[in-house]
Amino acid sequence: MIATSGIQPVSRRRLLTGGAVAAGGTLAGAAAITAARSDTPGGRTVEAVPVAQVGTAVEPFHGPRQSGVATEPQAHASFVALSLRSEVDRAALRRMLRLLSDDAARLTQGRPALADTEPELGLLPARLTVTFGFGPDLYRAAGRPDRRPESVTELPPLRIDRLQPRWSGGDLLLQVCADDPLTVAHAQRVLVKDSRPFTTVRWVQQGFRRAAGSEPGRTQRNLFGQLDGTANPKPGGPLDNAVWVPDGPDWLRDSTTLVVRRISMNLETWDLLGRVDRELATGRRLDTGAPLTGTAEHDEPDFTALGPDGLTVIPDFSHLTRAHVTDDRLKILRRPYNYDGTPAADGTADSGLIFASFQADIGKQFLPIQRRLAERDLLNEWTTPIGSAVFAIPGRPGSPSRRHGSRCGSCRS
Amino acid sequence: MPNFRSGRLLRPAALLAAALVAASGAGCGSSGGTSTATPTASPTASASVGTAGVLGIRDPWVKAADHGMTAAFGTLVNDGDTNVTLTGATTDVSPMELHEITMRDGKMVMQAKQGGIVIKAKSRHVLQPGGDHLMLMNLTRPVPAGDEVAVTLTFADGRTQTFTAVAKPFTGAQESYAPGHGQPAHGTSATPRTSPSPAS
Repeated sequence: MIATSGIQPVSRRRLLTGGAVAAGGTLAGAAAITAARSDTPGGRTVEAVPVAQVGTAVEPFHGPRQSGVATEPQAHASFVALSLRSEVDRAALRRMLRLLSDDAARLTQGRPALADTEPELGLLPARLTVTFGFGPDLYRAAGRPDRRPESVTELPPLRIDRLQPRWSGGDLLLQVCADDPLTVAHAQRVLVKDSRPFTTVRWVQQGFRRAAGSEPGRTQRNLFGQLDGTANPKPGGPLDNAVWVPDGPDWLRDSTTLVVRRISMNLETWDLLGRVDRELATGRRLDTGAPLTGTAEHDEPDFTALGPDGLTVIPDFSHLTRAHVTDDRLKILRRPYNYDGTPAADGTADSGLIFASFQADIGKQFLPIQRRLAERDLLNEWTTPIGSAVFAIPGRPGSPSRRHGSRCGSCRS
Repeated sequence: MPNFRSGRLLRPAALLAAALVAASGAGCGSSGGTSTATPTASPTASASVGTAGVLGIRDPWVKAADHGMTAAFGTLVNDGDTNVTLTGATTDVSPMELHEITMRDGKMVMQAKQGGIVIKAKSRHVLQPGGDHLMLMNLTRPVPAGDEVAVTLTFADGRTQTFTAVAKPFTGAQESYAPGHGQPAHGTSATPRTSPSPAS
């Protein structure tokens, strides 16, 4: 471990008793190191993709569940939120989705879009996925308010929020992800052009992770240097249970929900913390991601273990403690991306996290975690939610191979 | 323009719209190789491929427009052993003509294609902005983005073939129209601006 530097900004006692906690409150996943997972022996095993194949790699588009959810996160993402023009009705929505679905079906498979003005940019999919999300008001515009999943509604206000309209809300979300930023840009351009007769652009958030293949299967790091997503449900049964609606009518089955929160991370005040304090705030080691009571990332935390000072080794106010969930059905699938804007003239960073979480039910899974974090998570000191939006991620009723999930090979004929 | 290259037919793009705007079991334009017997809201742009006809018609589309002129494009594929001559096209939303783009007096202009469009045996002919296209001369109703237009082709031997083109928002294809070749001279640009409104 790297020793804490000479600066000693916050003592353990001060952390426990000071105003920091009282002022606190972050939201689920705000800054990211997450609760430990009891059932996971280690990281996922993902084959490294040879660099030469990154551009041509393809994710399936068809299938009952949308891609870009359980899909191993690509290196680059653009979240595009659109507002419906006032005159858009059900027939217009159908026409818009016809165009956008076709664009996605082609581009994700490495084919130019129909009438693509830059067809050469459509030839390298680089695992492109386009995930469609419906905001609460889209159901009203469609004349189908009854089909809105109950939990897809604006989140209740939290005292930690400093939400800005420019990063909040939206009727239609396009989550565009690929391992190549040029592929993302072209897909976004095509989709925005085809949606333009029906919508206006409300906000766009662009984010990144490590380059494709640089850390295959590893939990991503955010710009605080923390591992981000350790507590995600394991692919397969646990993930399926947490994310997908298993039954119900056509418009709910195989659907999920998405919460997108723009979390500003204050790198300037984070810089004031020594390494020990940073780890106390999160409850995990920065290098391995292990809980402070363990040695490996996926070790189960021991919240009762006491240190020599008589205090719990993992502080009660740590992000790990507050976000910890053991029941798979109550977990959320975090699929965040980092953002890094232009620093101010004095060098102040404009950095943070595009927090994106998928869960079958926002109210039952996301909100309880968020509330616990908001009331008492020390990371709230350094993180501020500045944007918030919720979307339903509908399934594709009528797609083949419903029982084979999103990786169905036969969907690609 | 290089390509709309793939010959593979896309299945209907399993429209999300089904979750939202269409009742289960609503009209399904299913085509392609995967038999699903399940509902999708509508055919996609690419589902409307003429397969049983004289030609293969790939990636057909029409430029969305509120009124006036517009044009339809796509790739005509002749897998047969003899040349095929396309002599006309009709649709219920507009009178149509076969057009080409040519140089005249140093300018690119559009004019009627004399003698029709010949698609040689075992080859393909691309209809595209800046090249040969199917001109819709005067829309009788708006063709908004995402709409579908049925077009019937007539060939020199009297056969016909119908396909469906999806309307794409497209700001290009502004070639100027060359009057004096038997077409009504509107004195307007070849194609009206893309409709800003989806309402029909």
